[in-house]
Amino acid sequence: MQHIVSVLVENKFGALSRISGLFSGRGFNIESLSVGPTLDPDVSTMTIVTEGDDRIIEQITKQLNKLVDVIKVVDLTEQEYVERETALIKINTRSEDRAEALRIVDIFRARIIDSTPNTYTIEITGDVKRIDAIINLLRPLGIKNLIRTGRIAIARGEGRNASVRDIPERRSVSR
Amino acid sequence: MKMTGSQILVECLKKEGVKTLFAYPGGVNLPIFDVLYDQKDINVVLCRHEQGGGHMAEGYARVTGKAGVVLVTSGPGATNTVTAIADAAMDSTPMIILTGQVPTQMIGNDAFQEADMVGITRPCTKYNILVKDVNDLAQAVKEAFYIATSGRPGPVLIDLPKDVVLAKAAFNYPESVYIRSYSPNFKGNKWQVKQAVQEILKAKKPVLYAGGGVLASDASKELRELAETAHIPVTNTLMGLGGFPGTHPLFLGMLGMHGTYSANMAIHNSDLIIAVGARFDDRVTGRVKDFAPNARIIHIDIDPTSIHKVITANIPIVGEAKTILKDLNQYLSASGNGVSGKCKPWHEQIAAWKKERPLSYDQGDETIKPQYVIDKIYEATRGEAIVATDVGQHQMWAAQFYKFDRPRTFLTSGGLGTMGYGLPAAIGAQMAAPEKMVFCIAGDGGIVMNIQELTTAVQYKLPIKIAIINNRYLGMVRQWQQLFYDKRYSSSFIGEQPNFVKLAEAFGLTGLLASKVGEVEPVLQEALSIKGPVLIDFRVDEEENCYPMVPAGAAINEMVFADPVGPRPAAEIQKAKKAGGILTA
Ligand SMILES: Cc1cc2nc3c(=O)[nH]c(=O)nc-3n(C[C@H](O)[C@H](O)[C@H](O)COP(=O)(O)OP(=O)(O)OC[C@H]3O[C@@H](n4cnc5c(N)ncnc54)[C@H](O)[C@@H]3O)c2cc1C
Ligand SMILES: Cc1ncc(C[n+]2csc(CCOP(=O)(O)OP(=O)(O)O)c2C)c(N)n1
Ligand SMILES: [Mg+2]
Repeated sequence: MQHIVSVLVENKFGALSRISGLFSGRGFNIESLSVGPTLDPDVSTMTIVTEGDDRIIEQITKQLNKLVDVIKVVDLTEQEYVERETALIKINTRSEDRAEALRIVDIFRARIIDSTPNTYTIEITGDVKRIDAIINLLRPLGIKNLIRTGRIAIARGEGRNASVRDIPERRSVSR
Repeated sequence: MKMTGSQILVECLKKEGVKTLFAYPGGVNLPIFDVLYDQKDINVVLCRHEQGGGHMAEGYARVTGKAGVVLVTSGPGATNTVTAIADAAMDSTPMIILTGQVPTQMIGNDAFQEADMVGITRPCTKYNILVKDVNDLAQAVKEAFYIATSGRPGPVLIDLPKDVVLAKAAFNYPESVYIRSYSPNFKGNKWQVKQAVQEILKAKKPVLYAGGGVLASDASKELRELAETAHIPVTNTLMGLGGFPGTHPLFLGMLGMHGTYSANMAIHNSDLIIAVGARFDDRVTGRVKDFAPNARIIHIDIDPTSIHKVITANIPIVGEAKTILKDLNQYLSASGNGVSGKCKPWHEQIAAWKKERPLSYDQGDETIKPQYVIDKIYEATRGEAIVATDVGQHQMWAAQFYKFDRPRTFLTSGGLGTMGYGLPAAIGAQMAAPEKMVFCIAGDGGIVMNIQELTTAVQYKLPIKIAIINNRYLGMVRQWQQLFYDKRYSSSFIGEQPNFVKLAEAFGLTGLLASKVGEVEPVLQEALSIKGPVLIDFRVDEEENCYPMVPAGAAINEMVFADPVGPRPAAEIQKAKKAGGILTA
């Protein structure tokens, strides 16, 4: 089953490759991974979409937690969450296709963010199904380039998040 | 007062109580060596190859429980340590590796002797860090020691660019560390511990399966108390040997691929396995789906990833083995040891297994059997030596026939199985425990993988005794080829070898030879009477095999006890190959 795992990680040199290295080194699957800053400039959030049975997902979350730079791991799939992905799609548009392209953009409530005589660049945000659907409709017109951000997700309401607000209180360890 | 990075580093090491540093110099770490030249607190041990230095640090760490420390130069010096780092990671050995690095402004330019050590060692360290600013150095060192030695121990690498060790900063050694993203779990969940007590009180066929975590946690005493109060037989993993007295009546010996009949049968038939600091390695479980089919499992481990990784535990308890065992013991004695008679048939059964198939070998009066050498080393050292082994058949025989009564006396490469580990590990051990007898038991194959360290032993006048179990084969490989590849000894014959006695002499050691049964004891006595290092070439039976053996892919009660008679049918060989009989030793 597919899982969306949200990971709060120290924004340190090499932290991203530690995480991607963990997945490749242990043969875990990554469908997508997206990284971005949080309210705290020293901390990033990663959203990882992965696939595996319960035992594998348990190992993935434990192994992530074991990485020294990882602050918190939440498997969002265990609760209610919302997810979004953005895609930028550049299509070829000969004159007779331009109207069709506009119609599709309209139906999906997408936006055209760049236009030249022979191309449109379309921006769409939504869940994966929506993005897959528009891609399927645009394909016959000729897609020149497609860039997807990978999915990001957040718990609904009061659900458990990997949020900087949850970073544990300072615990001092002296020796 | 400002100090250079090199001075700061050395001061940090002193603050951490480092007494011994295994080191090898080169361009970028010369500033550090220059500081080391003037001080007396740290004994700098010059290894002769950085891999050797790494294993020395491991040996040192295994004996002391403290982090072993290695200092090497950039590029080749650093990459030479990688095998030892991976070894330490697999066996959870605390280690600090200080690697020189090219100056920060040259990093990434393919500079002379540049290697991306942080990148190369990312998957085989517990943590690693490139220090880019001398002001961060002390903090990095403090954190490195904390990470390496807390929780599940492991190697931590600090990469030190030359400009950083030359730059100056004020020295403030942090009194404490706080790493918000790292908090090893220490205490076990009390409720789970109480559940475990209930299981122990109920069980009729309990077994304690104790691993390296007992040693890491310094929990031998607590383990013994649990075994004795609840009257539970104990088996050790290879890494756990010494964690429970090898001569104790409740001891079953090692379990697993080359484990004893009684240990494997006890595990297979038990109704409750109490795993303490052991990680259900595939050399232990055999075919996982048939592992201990009727047992409930209590799994005590400090690392949550060890739990449910291979075997699903009924009662997982995450935490320090020592505290959890203490709690268990306390609750158990409070419940009035309601354990007395209920396990009697189990103990009788175990006694019968022990009698039925004890570890054995057939020593005739000519050719020396390798097991006999181990027996005699055990006797000659009265079981009091620290033994470091290499990897192969001799390693398994050492594990089977030397009875380790005390923790931290058996040093071996278990997880990675690194040939070349034994000699440098013995050197590190002797450095850590100058007053102890230290034996290295090595194969004729593995000993030459780090033979250069004989010089180190001589230079530091270390009285280590090195026993080469010389069967003129890569014996463990040959055994598999005999059993699973129709005796096609492809590249496993190593009879073309140096004269080990002369080789020892050339290095400045005493070299001794034993090729007949009657020579074994006198040669050992002679070796022990010599103050300095001694190497003994034991010419043993060339085709002796290590049994019992659980073939790859078999369940652990499916043991083989002797060579098959006559040629093996081709079909059987094919079957064995299919079952995973590929060489993984
Ligand atoms: C040729 C060869 C043959 C082998 N044959 C066998 C064999 O027959 N039998 C056998 O047993 N092994 C054998 N091995 C070794 C095997 O590969 C493994 O290395 C070994 O079984 C692992 O031992 P362990 O489970 O004790 O784990 P270790 O690798 O020692 O791991 C220790 C465990 O304890 C935990 N731990 C660490 N610190 C603490 C603490 N403070 N508190 C609680 N838990 C802690 C860790 O998280 C980890 O899970 C062989 C190796 C070789 C090279
Ligand atoms: C560095 C390394 N290379 C290869 C192996 C595979 N291997 C495992 S045991 C063994 C044979 C060891 O031979 P020897 O040192 O003579 O010991 P013996 O088995 O004969 O006692 C080999 C080649 C290994 N474990 N480590
Ligand atoms: Mg050999």
